[in-house]
Amino acid sequence: MFRVQNFAIDLDELVRYVTDAEAGAIATFIGTTRNNNEGRQVIALDYEAYPEMAEKELKRIGAEAAQKWPICRMAIIHRLGPVQIGEASVVIAVSSAHREAAFAASRFAIEEIKKTVPIWKKEVFDGGEVWIGTQTGQRFDPS
Amino acid sequence: MKVRVKFFAILRERAGTAEVTHELSEGATVGDLWHGLQKTYPKLDVPGIRLLYAVNQNYVHLDEQLRDGDEVVFLPPVSGG
Repeated sequence: MFRVQNFAIDLDELVRYVTDAEAGAIATFIGTTRNNNEGRQVIALDYEAYPEMAEKELKRIGAEAAQKWPICRMAIIHRLGPVQIGEASVVIAVSSAHREAAFAASRFAIEEIKKTVPIWKKEVFDGGEVWIGTQTGQRFDPS
Repeated sequence: MKVRVKFFAILRERAGTAEVTHELSEGATVGDLWHGLQKTYPKLDVPGIRLLYAVNQNYVHLDEQLRDGDEVVFLPPVSGG
């Protein structure tokens, strides 16, 4: 299950999806929206995606994780639109026979999401707003 | 030939539109398209930004040749998570 959606993410939905009789572990990662960034007080966050490609990239990450580690199942949901401070913007769940693979795959997935998945975050703070990443530059080289 | 261009995030705001169709000569590349678009939408030139390029939802390079009906996206640095 790899998708983007415009409403709150239900952690249980992902956990149910990756639950597997062969699994001895389920690792979950929840990325939440923080009320401060680079010394600024953040009021709100708004996520935008190129949805077809974002879901395709999320699937690619899942397939790559399955090649690297012996995982059973994986699910990733990224939220779009306005997200209140403290809410989940992204949730990853991975099941595996033993815990190492689930931990490693979830770590890999969040790092890849931040590099390659076409999703953009706009930060609204007191006195302005900014598309995050526009100044820091691209960290990903597709070649 | 005609291609479809979608704009997202800062480029959507700069272009003032989310999607356009653009006429190109045969053999034109992603780079040619970008130069053509900048004439129509000069604000697309964001100082210091490094873009990535996607054709039909796959990452490509600037020298990728386009075909009629392609969907092209110029991606600002991503910041999901």
